[in-house]
Amino acid sequence: MRLKAYWASQGCIVQEPFDCEVGAGTMCPETFLRVLGSEPYNVAYVQPSRRPSDGRYGENPNRLYKHMQLQVVLKPAPEDVVELYLKSLEEIGIDLSQHDCKLEEDNWESPTLGAWGVGWQVMLDGLEVTQFTYFQQCGGLDLDVVPAELTYGLERLAAFIQDVESIYDIRWNDRWTYSDVRLADEEQYSTYNFEEADVDFVWNEFRLHEAECKRLMARFAEVADPLERRRFPVLAAFDQTLKCSHLFNTLQARGAISVTERAQVIQRVRSLAVAVAKAWVAQRETTRRTA
Amino acid sequence: MSELLVEIGTEEIPARLVDGAASDLRERFAVALDRLRIGRSAQITVESTPRRLALFATGLPARQDDRRQTLRGPARRIAFDAQGNPTRAALGFARKAGVDVSELEFGADGKVFVDRTIRGRHVRELFSETLPGVVLGVRFPRSMYWTGKGGARFIRPIRWLVALLEREIVPFSIAGVAAGDTTWGHRRLGSGPIRVRGSEDYRRALRDNGVVLSGEERAGKILSEARATLPRGLRLRDNPRLLRTLVNETEHPTAVLGSFDRQYLDLPEEVLETVMLVHQKYFAVQNSDGSMENRFVAIANSAADRGGVIGRGHERVLCARFNDARFFWKFDQRRSLAERVDDLGDVTFQAALGSYRAKTDSNLEIAAGLAETLRSDSATVTAAQRASLLAKTDLTTEMVGEFPELQGKVGGLYAAAQGESPEVSEAIYDHYLPLGPAGPVPRSPAGCIASLADKLATLGGMFRVGLVPTGSKDPLALRRAAFGVARIVMEKRLEISLDRLVSLAQAGERAGRLRGFLLDRFRHWLQATGGFAPDVVQAVLAASDAQPADMRARAEALAEVRHSPDFEALAVSFKRIRNILAHAGLDIGAELTAVRSDLLEAGAEAELHGQLQPVLAAVAELNSRRDYGAALRAIARLRPSLDRYFDSVLVMADDEAVRGNRLAFLAGMLRSLSSIADFAEMAPGSGV
Repeated sequence: MRLKAYWASQGCIVQEPFDCEVGAGTMCPETFLRVLGSEPYNVAYVQPSRRPSDGRYGENPNRLYKHMQLQVVLKPAPEDVVELYLKSLEEIGIDLSQHDCKLEEDNWESPTLGAWGVGWQVMLDGLEVTQFTYFQQCGGLDLDVVPAELTYGLERLAAFIQDVESIYDIRWNDRWTYSDVRLADEEQYSTYNFEEADVDFVWNEFRLHEAECKRLMARFAEVADPLERRRFPVLAAFDQTLKCSHLFNTLQARGAISVTERAQVIQRVRSLAVAVAKAWVAQRETTRRTA
Repeated sequence: MSELLVEIGTEEIPARLVDGAASDLRERFAVALDRLRIGRSAQITVESTPRRLALFATGLPARQDDRRQTLRGPARRIAFDAQGNPTRAALGFARKAGVDVSELEFGADGKVFVDRTIRGRHVRELFSETLPGVVLGVRFPRSMYWTGKGGARFIRPIRWLVALLEREIVPFSIAGVAAGDTTWGHRRLGSGPIRVRGSEDYRRALRDNGVVLSGEERAGKILSEARATLPRGLRLRDNPRLLRTLVNETEHPTAVLGSFDRQYLDLPEEVLETVMLVHQKYFAVQNSDGSMENRFVAIANSAADRGGVIGRGHERVLCARFNDARFFWKFDQRRSLAERVDDLGDVTFQAALGSYRAKTDSNLEIAAGLAETLRSDSATVTAAQRASLLAKTDLTTEMVGEFPELQGKVGGLYAAAQGESPEVSEAIYDHYLPLGPAGPVPRSPAGCIASLADKLATLGGMFRVGLVPTGSKDPLALRRAAFGVARIVMEKRLEISLDRLVSLAQAGERAGRLRGFLLDRFRHWLQATGGFAPDVVQAVLAASDAQPADMRARAEALAEVRHSPDFEALAVSFKRIRNILAHAGLDIGAELTAVRSDLLEAGAEAELHGQLQPVLAAVAELNSRRDYGAALRAIARLRPSLDRYFDSVLVMADDEAVRGNRLAFLAGMLRSLSSIADFAEMAPGSGV
């Protein structure tokens, strides 16, 4: 809450979480689509992120199937963005002069999104608490304006601030711990993703969403009328892409995708993401011209 | 003489690129000074931290030297009319040259010219123009833009620039940042902005603001503090690469001691070390018997850890990491390595060569061939086969997915845990060895076979599909693989011919190229690792390049005797013989006519001939036992007779028959004595 307030005071729109399964806050339209084009945009939102392969049946003190990210996008990145970020940590009670804070090289790349950037992982006493990225490309497109993306790992930060050994010991409030609230999710989803998920079913679902996305993109290409273009559901097509991405992650955790296949499936998701990104840029262009 | 200070203030530069960036900056600056003709007595030093590249140049002149320049103009008759008045051509030329028309002179070539002095420019002005190019010229493998598409590129955004010539600002700007006299200290231990007046003041200001500017000093601080934090009896496991990383990741390094639960010491040390060194960048700690202790030293970029907070934080993270490693270990045991062999069909080795399953088959076949040639005992054959079958299966494990640098080792550890024999698990563990020119080769015969088979299959396959390294490019590390083959064969003195290695590798139509490629690595081994002089290696290879281990044995023998006086003289005589033969147009490789003893002259010639036969017999016998040292000593005993021969016998005799006989004799001798080395290749009197 304090982080959101801080970023609101720095001029960010505070958004609510996006309601599709995503592996990272970056994948939400608020980041993935908004970084495209030259319009400025500053936004902050908490995003639950699901990563099937990271499930540990609730046994690892630091890794989760589903964790919360605070995602901040500053477009364009202000000159003092690193300092702004460090101040946000101080805002939530971390006295950086008493800690070991390092920015270690970590260039981020998402082959499924055709996106990459350079940046760091922010290490606080050896714990990675934030991923800091200057986006360079998204959906296969060079960005006109370079945004800074800050992704805070909220569980890790909370554990750090509360000085507890494990994420599960975080006090959610005076009465309940993180374990009380979330342990069941972690146990059950780990079991599902590693053991129970029906491979054929998940594959089918993947193919359905892929087909729907492709269908929409093919339709968009045919739409010429500005008004129709403007209200064309590019965003809905993007939802389909995100579904595919999540299902792909599930298949991978399930061990259902061989290494050779993996590259091909990534390519399939990527081509959806690239098509949506292009459509979005074209759509914004149309909207601006007709506005 | 004046002094320049340039500081490029950036956001955190990746540790692995800091050293290179600093030296590249220095290099480019030096080149610029030379180009501007102001570098004659300049001294350049650079310092770097993650957030700054600082350059100090002293001994700079105030301005460039003046230069005399001659400008040539139009012909005299065009420049001046008949009355001697300047024409428009003359006026134009004078204006362009910046002189009055009266200063124009007439050259011997009939043209107008003027000598003029070009004033040297002030260095401040020159730096204003040049520094942006120097700074932005620094090369990085993956740079970024931050001011928008098409903007300046650097490794990370440039946030401030200091450029002071003495105390004066050198004006220029990069990506909207103007150079000035203002720097910044450590992000939390310092303040800013800080105005500085010259380089001494700059160094002092940084020190006062929590920045240890000198990399050497940071390295010293890291090591001495790390050692000082350890309890008695414990030792830091030094690691120069880790140290370099930490030096380049901190502006104010401070050592913090931590410990972890002893239960994790059950995990293999390889895994513990990888987590600590590679992932967390901690120094590992060992006790007096060399085994790992449940301690570590983290290097913080901060002041001393007074409350122990930093240490606790690092401990917690390490514990979670170890916990993860244990998770992978347990998870991977669900399927044995043997059960994973067919999974390799899904792991691509190389697009044109197929999967690791296919590669495993090649490895198995080559391993069988190697074992046959090396006459391995049956236990070794079995272990080498089993190891080759399982060697790549760890690529399908979670552990290798998380710690790719442990491939091979993980396979070996899992094999041992799954009840494979020690010979097999050790061979799997070692099969990537050797990793470079130094470092161990596989310990056991089975390990050597598995490793050789793996490398030969890779080399043969890549050559077969045309992926031959050219120039300095070797993305598939084939040179390293080939050098690995050379190291194992040479260091283990394996009895296998170069041709056999090549045929096992199955390089198809490129077998010849592979042979040359491997031979180069063997030659390199003899010189670089074996330490043999180039002429010794040349002499040995000229005699024969068939058996690598034999080349080594012959080189050793030759290196030992070459400096004895007899041998040096002998080498000179052999060279003489070769010259005589070459002069006479005789090819020693060709079939020779038999020597007729009736044409031999009594005295030195007959004596040498008589002595040669027993020596040849002895040499042949010694060679068959590979006692090359004794064979060379036997040859060296020919020296007195050979000297006498050249003193008294004229090889190029007038009599054609005698001459032919002598040439045939010498050629035969040269040939039969050159089986160990071609002595004529030896440089006289040079060191080994």
